[in-house]
Amino acid sequence: MIDKTLNWVDDRLGVAKGGRTFLDKIFPDHWSFMLGEIALYSFVILLGTGVFLSLYYVPSAHEIVYHGSYVPLQGQKVSEAYGSTVGLSFDVRSGLLMRQAHHWAADIFLGAIAVHMARVFFTGAFRKPREFNWIVGVTMLILGIVNGFLGYSLPDDLVSGTGIRIAYSIIESIPLVGSYVAFFLFGGNYPGSGVIIPRFFIIHVLIVPAILVGLLAAHLGLLVKQKHTQFPGKGKTEHNVVGSPMFPTFMAKTTGFLFVSAAVIFLLGGFAQINPIWQFGQYEPYQISYAVQPDWYMGWLDGALRIMPSWEWVGWGHTIPLEVFLPAVIFPGLIFNILLVWPFIESVWTKDTEYHNLLDRPRDRPKRTAAGAAMLTLLFAVFLASSTDVMANFFKLPLIDVLWFFRFFVPLSPIVAYFLTYKVCNEMREAEGIGTRKRALIVERTTTGEYTTTESPVRPGDGHEELDAVPVPTFIDTTDPELATADGVRRVIR
Amino acid sequence: MSDHTPRLEGALPPATLDDPHLLPSTRNPKRMEALAALAMVVGIVGFCAFIVAYWVDANNKWEAATLGVGMLGLGVGVIAWGKYLMPQGPFVEERHDFHSTDAEREAFNAAITGRGGLEVKRRKLLLGVFALGGGVMTLALLVPGVRSLGPKPAKSEDNQGPVEDSLFTTNWKKGSKLVTVGGRPVMVQDLEVGGVLTVFPQGFEGSSPDQVILIRLAELGPNDPPYPLAPPGNTSWGVQGYVAYSKLCTHLGCPVGLYQEQTQQLVCPCHQSIFNVNAGCVPEFGPAPRPLPQLPITVDPTGQMRANGSFDQAVGPGFWERP
Repeated sequence: MIDKTLNWVDDRLGVAKGGRTFLDKIFPDHWSFMLGEIALYSFVILLGTGVFLSLYYVPSAHEIVYHGSYVPLQGQKVSEAYGSTVGLSFDVRSGLLMRQAHHWAADIFLGAIAVHMARVFFTGAFRKPREFNWIVGVTMLILGIVNGFLGYSLPDDLVSGTGIRIAYSIIESIPLVGSYVAFFLFGGNYPGSGVIIPRFFIIHVLIVPAILVGLLAAHLGLLVKQKHTQFPGKGKTEHNVVGSPMFPTFMAKTTGFLFVSAAVIFLLGGFAQINPIWQFGQYEPYQISYAVQPDWYMGWLDGALRIMPSWEWVGWGHTIPLEVFLPAVIFPGLIFNILLVWPFIESVWTKDTEYHNLLDRPRDRPKRTAAGAAMLTLLFAVFLASSTDVMANFFKLPLIDVLWFFRFFVPLSPIVAYFLTYKVCNEMREAEGIGTRKRALIVERTTTGEYTTTESPVRPGDGHEELDAVPVPTFIDTTDPELATADGVRRVIR
Repeated sequence: MSDHTPRLEGALPPATLDDPHLLPSTRNPKRMEALAALAMVVGIVGFCAFIVAYWVDANNKWEAATLGVGMLGLGVGVIAWGKYLMPQGPFVEERHDFHSTDAEREAFNAAITGRGGLEVKRRKLLLGVFALGGGVMTLALLVPGVRSLGPKPAKSEDNQGPVEDSLFTTNWKKGSKLVTVGGRPVMVQDLEVGGVLTVFPQGFEGSSPDQVILIRLAELGPNDPPYPLAPPGNTSWGVQGYVAYSKLCTHLGCPVGLYQEQTQQLVCPCHQSIFNVNAGCVPEFGPAPRPLPQLPITVDPTGQMRANGSFDQAVGPGFWERP
């Protein structure tokens, strides 16, 4: 029956040849290769929960009187956007779960991308021939950050509204075109002609996701075409891939991982409250709340804005608000551009034009690892700077002192991180056998008092594959039913 | 694609089931099978419980817990199946070079540079006109695509157009009544010393560019000398101990909402710019570059507070056209 169906399809589409190659595709095993899968699966959850939310959310700044079940808001004038978001949280069954899961999925999506990218960076997986995929990945990171910002701006609550106001002012700060871009985007001087919520909505639910889906297809397509990188190990060379087959082993593991990722996101969505907009209230341009922070992936931009000195350039009848333009436009632009062109910077620097399918251990490339550590330290330091006010309160320090601390800490910490990492990498390289698990020695004393040592048996994690790798067998002889129930083998699994 | 070269031709004899590459990686497959099945059954129970939780309209914690257990059980079961019971290999697959043969490359390049280059050489005029046409078309499409989006920002502060179209103007005029966001007119006796109030010109309550923070710094009567403001503050723009400043932070336009009475400072909660109220709200610390613009105010004979003019500059954050 199945054979017949497959033949029917193959008669029309000719899928058998390529299809089998695809089913035989080998995926190398390493825990760090699943970080990208987390990003992929949280994106799936984002699409699903997002469709649910879009059925109830009304993208409109139009003012209505709230008549839902949230009592403190009864009879108050709210925008349709805010009212419908509170409504889908309290009056649509499962709505709050879906909304909070959507928000958590977005935070996890960007977190997973960041960690996945760090893995790709520190192991050198971006090298030839994978530069395209690195660029596609960085582009998805940028789009993800943009869409995250747009998404949490949609409820029109006090916190996100302040964020939109800041975004307007950042756009305004661009020399020559800033006020034009801001006016066109918002339909006028802030808060504009009521078009920004519907515009953000269509960008958030259609334009960016469509581009993301396209880039995701390219990302995975390139992965299939170029095959996965692998760590050096027994039988692994630049010219092969060793691991488990796409079908059925990898498929089962990754499908299960989709469910587990979804479970974590929904559990967070139910138990960890996120963005309780009914507590913030409707956005009004003249109101503000104290100690509010954006979502984590925007924190580094907020921190950069805080520690920047007040350098505004005025001359020849014009103003360049450098105190905004430098930290909020030039700084992220620089970071993203360095990320985008890093594979080319490195290959020019090292004069390396070879193909690389085997991954580096980070310590074996101390300069790259140190550069990556410096970048992460810079971003983390400037992220910390986005909570100067909270820290000042917590440590009972004057706000001004905290700010001055960060003005030095942010530029200095990456330099320290660079040299520290460089040193640690070199020390690790010199130490013999570091990073490999040592086999325990069994010491025995004979009756005559003689000591002998033997190595203990192989344990999980001691190093992969006591077996030699073979191609995936196409045909399996299943005629001997005895063999089908055989016990398993003790396999060393990483 | 070389990827799809069939490997069928007799290279691989059929594998037997006792091939260690095909055997499960657990030594006790029966037990693992039972455990995986148990995990999946727990998952199924979780999903059923979710439907029940929805049915009885339990809160979102119950929904999340049941759904989470469902997905976790099913996921763990499938992962255990894949990781411990399915063939683990190790299997190997050869990689193939990505680049084509030299002959293929040459032919490809020749198709572009030869065939294409010939046409370019022969028909320079057509190519030029076509490129021009493409450029003009892009411009033509940009006109509605961009220009329809919003108004052009008004050129300078001379512009008397509506506030919505200009970064230079506000709705404050000489004689505008100061009202609260609810529209209630503000009387001179309304605020105690240290009191603050967000006010708008009457008729524009809640408007973003018009928001003004009214502060009473001293209890002064109509015949007392005005409360002295250090430069760049304008002493004569206050009245009876009241001063009024634009509430839009000159950094990024957040409402400067925190007034610290003891130090007489206004603090912006967004990025912690600190303004000295006694000195015309000059920024003392933080990223804000300019003082908050001061609004001249006065009191009419009925005790009603009014604007005595408009701001002398654009309010809010900086932008290119700001002189």
